[in-house]
Amino acid sequence: MELKPGLRLASTVCSTEVIVVKAPAGPVDLRCGGRPMVAKADAAEPSGTVDPTHGDGTLIGKRYADDELGIEVLCTKAGDGSLSIGAERLGVKEAKPLPSSD
Amino acid sequence: MHLTTLLEMAAEGFGEHVAYGPRTGGVTYADLLDRARRAGAWAAARRVERVGLVDVNSDVVPTLLFGASFAGLPFVPVNYRLADEQLTAILGRTAPSVFVVEEEVAQRVGRIDGVELVARAELLDQLHGVHPADASSTLDSSPDDIAILLFTSGTTGDPKAAVLRHRHLASYVIATVEFMSAAEDEAALVSVPPYHVAGASAVVTNLYAGRRVVYLPRFTPEAWVATARDEAVTQAMVVPTMLARVLDVLEREDERLPHLRHLSYGGGRMPIPVIERALELLPHVDFVNAYGLTETSSTIAVLGPHDHRSAVAASDPVLRRRLGSVGRPLPTVEVEIRDATGAPLPAAEPGEIWVRGEQVAGEYLGHEDPLADGWFPTQDAGLLDADGYLYLEGRIDDVIVRGAENLSPGEIEDVLARHPAVADAAVVGVPDTEWGEKVVAAVVLAEGCAVTEAELQEWVKRNLRSSKLPTRVEFREDLPYTETGKLLRRVLRDELGGRAQL
Repeated sequence: MELKPGLRLASTVCSTEVIVVKAPAGPVDLRCGGRPMVAKADAAEPSGTVDPTHGDGTLIGKRYADDELGIEVLCTKAGDGSLSIGAERLGVKEAKPLPSSD
Repeated sequence: MHLTTLLEMAAEGFGEHVAYGPRTGGVTYADLLDRARRAGAWAAARRVERVGLVDVNSDVVPTLLFGASFAGLPFVPVNYRLADEQLTAILGRTAPSVFVVEEEVAQRVGRIDGVELVARAELLDQLHGVHPADASSTLDSSPDDIAILLFTSGTTGDPKAAVLRHRHLASYVIATVEFMSAAEDEAALVSVPPYHVAGASAVVTNLYAGRRVVYLPRFTPEAWVATARDEAVTQAMVVPTMLARVLDVLEREDERLPHLRHLSYGGGRMPIPVIERALELLPHVDFVNAYGLTETSSTIAVLGPHDHRSAVAASDPVLRRRLGSVGRPLPTVEVEIRDATGAPLPAAEPGEIWVRGEQVAGEYLGHEDPLADGWFPTQDAGLLDADGYLYLEGRIDDVIVRGAENLSPGEIEDVLARHPAVADAAVVGVPDTEWGEKVVAAVVLAEGCAVTEAELQEWVKRNLRSSKLPTRVEFREDLPYTETGKLLRRVLRDELGGRAQL
């Protein structure tokens, strides 16, 4: 599906939810637990099962990204599935935390 | 990304943790989400375009900020210290709007067309009777919506309303703060007022880190120290004038705040002697100098704890000078120094500071011109040294043009402030028939100290060059500052220039 910053997506097989931070133009095959994610606005209760090869889980507050593809999502709700583009796993983007200044 | 998403994440991730107030009995993140949803429904029912606040710090600040976000409306915190006439004018500019106010504001401003005023106590009652806004109501909201309107302090004329959109604040937060990274015992003391950009950004950064916030409704150095001690505060942000007064109280009361781990400062030029004194008095505290503007969603450069300690320990003058720097730009922000034509300047050459990044808004209500290539001219003068450290030299308009030479008031002020008899110093250019402008200094003496004009002129001459020495030094009881620590140079210039012509 087409992604744009601010779009919220939900997994169809676990409780994972993400929000799009950066997205390339054109359709992106973003999956969770091995199944395509859907717009949160259209999401039904999760059903089905997490593909065990994509079952390492997501963590709330972590950013998942592929800099080459120009995609970055932020996990807003944790779940059992892991995120991938097609079958390619999305890695965690390391934060560079700064000393708090405000 | 919308600010409401950040609040929902906090409630999801650590809903039972205290967000605001005392460790036991404070408002939790789950409570805050509930209140904000109620405030969203409350605001939406009023058919207004803006939701504002004219009040001191309290947990109404996050309630209204996120409540306005749920309603898809901008939050407008306004300075309660403004003169009645100016406050009335600003509120009038926000109509149709609803403002939560401290009791006496309604009497001060009277009736304003299209502006509903609600007392703080009344708001809490009204929220109890409201059905919370549905979470799905914000699904369609755009990260391009305006999150906050901040009226600039107007030190140089009519206040402008700076526009910060959700995407500016959210990208600042997710780029600089690790979600849920605060240790369980962490507590931030917020004493900058809600209408200051640091007050607004403190709401979102502390929420995202999961750090409890303790508000100081009105700053006095005694109350700040007592609250920091009693609430076991671990971090705080102050403006330079606050720090100097806090240090006085710490010395007088022989208090060292053992729980305090992290103290950041910004919002104005920090006199070197003050920060040196702070480093000596509080060896267990990490200091951070943060430089930012309203228009950049707060911080764009930081001088970190290690930089502070190594600068103060250094004998190398280049390293030592770093204590007067605002540090290096955030990794997500680009900074360039440019000349008056907009052309980039090499390292070590002073010019105007330009900045670009996702957190940089640089727009004002009524003047939403897009920035050229995303670059925002800050109107601050400064330079980047060869190692990428940024030094500020004041506002572009404050640079003194003497003959063909541009003089930075900040540099002369730093030298004056280093004199042992000087507590505070400000330098301005006043009109001069021979040179166009001449350098005039206003100096506040340290308690029990004395020094003459000639001695200070000699001191500047020895440390800088003769074109930079003040032709006149006026001794004063204090200097004019805004309550958030900005020197009112225009006021000073009028006073010093005016007197010269008598």
